[in-house]
Amino acid sequence: MTAVDAPAPQGLSRLGVAVSEDPGGGTVLHPERERLPEVVEALREAGYTQCIDLCGVDYLGADDRGRLPDAVAPQRFEVAVTLISHSGRERVRLRVQVPAADPSVPTLFDTFPGTENLEREVFDMFGIRFDGHPDMTRILMPEDWEGHPLRKDYAVGVVPVRFKAAGDQR
Amino acid sequence: MSAGALRTAGRVHARSGGAVLRLSEAESLTAAPSAPERMIINMGPQHPSTHGVLRLLLELDGETVTRCKPIIGYLHTGMEKTGETLTYLQGPTNVTRMDYSSPLFCELAFSMATETLLGLELPPRATWIRMLMCELNRISSHLLFQATNGMDLGAVSMMLYGWREREEVLRLLEKITGLRMNHNYIRPGGVAADLPDGWRDDTLRLLEGVGDRLDEYDALLTGQPIWRERLQGVGVVSAAECLALGVTGPILRSTGYSWDLRRHMPYLAYDRLDFDVVCGSYGDCFDRYAIRLNEIRESIRLVRQILDQMPAGDYRVGDRKVTPPPRGRIDESMEALIHHFKIFTEGFKVPAGEVYAAVESPRGELGCYMVSDGGPKPFRMHIRAPSFVNLQALPYMLEGRMVADAVAIISSVDPIMGEVDR
Amino acid sequence: MSTPPPDDALRPPGDALRPPGDALRPPGDALRPPGDALRPPGDALRPPGDAPLGAAYGGLAELPHGVATRRGAGSPGDALRPPEDAPLGAAYGGLAELPHNFATGRLEELVKWSRARSCWPAAFGLACCAIEMMATGGSHYDIARYGMEVFRASPRQADLMIVAGRVSQKMAPVLRQIYDQMMAPKWVISMGVCASSGGMFNNYAIVQGVDQVVPVDVYAPGCPPGPETLLHAILTLHGLIRSGELTRRREASPARGAGIVVDQRDGQTATRMVVSRKRGRFGRL
Ligand code: SF4
Repeated sequence: MTAVDAPAPQGLSRLGVAVSEDPGGGTVLHPERERLPEVVEALREAGYTQCIDLCGVDYLGADDRGRLPDAVAPQRFEVAVTLISHSGRERVRLRVQVPAADPSVPTLFDTFPGTENLEREVFDMFGIRFDGHPDMTRILMPEDWEGHPLRKDYAVGVVPVRFKAAGDQR
Repeated sequence: MSAGALRTAGRVHARSGGAVLRLSEAESLTAAPSAPERMIINMGPQHPSTHGVLRLLLELDGETVTRCKPIIGYLHTGMEKTGETLTYLQGPTNVTRMDYSSPLFCELAFSMATETLLGLELPPRATWIRMLMCELNRISSHLLFQATNGMDLGAVSMMLYGWREREEVLRLLEKITGLRMNHNYIRPGGVAADLPDGWRDDTLRLLEGVGDRLDEYDALLTGQPIWRERLQGVGVVSAAECLALGVTGPILRSTGYSWDLRRHMPYLAYDRLDFDVVCGSYGDCFDRYAIRLNEIRESIRLVRQILDQMPAGDYRVGDRKVTPPPRGRIDESMEALIHHFKIFTEGFKVPAGEVYAAVESPRGELGCYMVSDGGPKPFRMHIRAPSFVNLQALPYMLEGRMVADAVAIISSVDPIMGEVDR
Repeated sequence: MSTPPPDDALRPPGDALRPPGDALRPPGDALRPPGDALRPPGDALRPPGDAPLGAAYGGLAELPHGVATRRGAGSPGDALRPPEDAPLGAAYGGLAELPHNFATGRLEELVKWSRARSCWPAAFGLACCAIEMMATGGSHYDIARYGMEVFRASPRQADLMIVAGRVSQKMAPVLRQIYDQMMAPKWVISMGVCASSGGMFNNYAIVQGVDQVVPVDVYAPGCPPGPETLLHAILTLHGLIRSGELTRRREASPARGAGIVVDQRDGQTATRMVVSRKRGRFGRL
């Protein structure tokens, strides 16, 4: 599976970032959020050619945080970035802890411009700002929408179902 | 590809003044264009082409597009939020409605993510049925593209032909899954039902018919001067730009960059099948059209191999934790009845953790990032939708082209708005 | 069979064009069967049993009143020739002198008939349901049979809005604007459970029923409703337009549509088909 020019997990740990195991078979890095652009840039140099995914998670009220290394202090929000190495045929995931008090992360736009929409989506859905992003606006919800729907303290918004005239239609 | 080559994607790194018009919707009403002879116009959101509710903000210089911004969200359905309120068994019902032209791929990504968290090993027949269904779905999805692409470019007969063949595929899918669309067929632990009697003959007949028709499409479109004129050299992107923008699927392959998860990071049992990854060389609309046409042929090849190798056995895992008891047992045993009831009301618990599972959908890498906190419902379920990311390439394809090309270019990106907005 | 009740809503007040004495009706009325004074001449062409709404298209037989062709003396059209003293058309020697076929009927009936028979939909596909709507326009289900294949991109040229798919909060104002841009009379079909009630997406993003935004005339259930169900909804709508029911309901409560719910009809066609150059390819599928 691992090709020659792919950085081995030890190589990843040389970045000075906490590492854990991915149940899907890869590696998970846990950089501090200030170091995220630098780590991503290093990974890009090491052959991770594409930023595949970037998404947010709100861990408010989670029973179990899963595998977090001891060195990493859990925070309410998390931004998960998935990079892919085409030559190494593998993915690496970066999980960045983001405190609720200051929900912001440096942008990855300069390394991977393709994160532009993904970061806007995370901003829209979680209210996590990406510092240095060229166009930090809502993307899915209307621009004047209030609140960030995927936060756990944002209600699903279920409207009680009204049964209109059931029965007399047939 | 070396890191140096990547840097040739200069224009996608431009923060301002590049091909992307970075204006908010409110500003677009009042903003002055970047030069006096330019103007900002709005295309959509009600159907700029046959591709759903996409809105484009275009800055034009005469009839030439200088900058553009796709505005999306008109179909935002809150599926990721709804996904947190549904159990793992109900989940596929939700995700299947994202990419409505290839619903089985969303189900597959969701199920694979759940199974990875559960550590389930699928019986071989379930794996092969999944591959069979996905390839049939890829055929129908690409036929849909051929139909809508033809329609967008004014080849209305192509639209009729495309739908005709797609109906045939849908009929087979309906026979197997019970529904024409939104199948909810691939579920965590296997598939919903075994293949029905006579599926092999039906499939063979379908492949033969569709295969013949593809040659007719070729005759109708591929060599036709108008068709070539409208597509060749239109909407060009380079491989470096695609990589930088995260673009995957036929668009990335149209630039000559061979990357297909089925081949390069195989899932299910694709490593046991023989097929070609279809690549273009110019990265233009014509390549994308031709790639999708030929991918139908490759899928037909794949389905034929799957037919030959389909193993016998169970179509879902025997693990009673995730699989309801067989129908016959429910009548005999109270325990089985309670078990059945519990699986469908409470669901099953999934160990805590996060996982990313990806498949190659007809539009590119479709991934599911799933976080479980040990409960019976996903704590967070995120779908990495290929169309959503691919749409970012649109401003670069449009830059410097005429408005008249816009529809051809949107069409060649083949965005499914349900998946873009989720 | 009796004459349909006059639909006063559609008739212009005073009905200035129609002469009081009904000058167009010949005194003898050779075509009318004796003893059936009220029966319009066209009834001879109408299918027996007065087929249910939207059940079948009888071509000219669907015309509300008489059809006549002028071909020489003694042709049926002659019967309609006005008496010598009639003021209308006297210069030509009556309608029979017209060089082409013609039809007569009560104006409102003709209007209803033509409204029902050329009901152009606005292309308002939103989500998965839109794919089924397009499939309905495809070759197998062939909506062209009902004069509806022209999906208009411009709401100005459309009579019918098929809301196919889920309506998000962001889309709802756009939807309303498009509806307002359509010319009256206009009809709305809500296709699929999402458009009708929000469906399985009962959350912050989706409008729980498009009837909160625009009046809905026919609800087609299903997720997605198959082409058969959509056709059923469309034919129901045609029937309602044809009978004037829809106009009446709309006038009674302009802000609300007729709100008819049809049944799901999927999977009822025996789908054996396809004309192929190489015969028998899809024969038994
Ligand atoms: S009703 Fe079903 S098929 Fe139609 S838009 Fe809603 S989810 Fe899609």
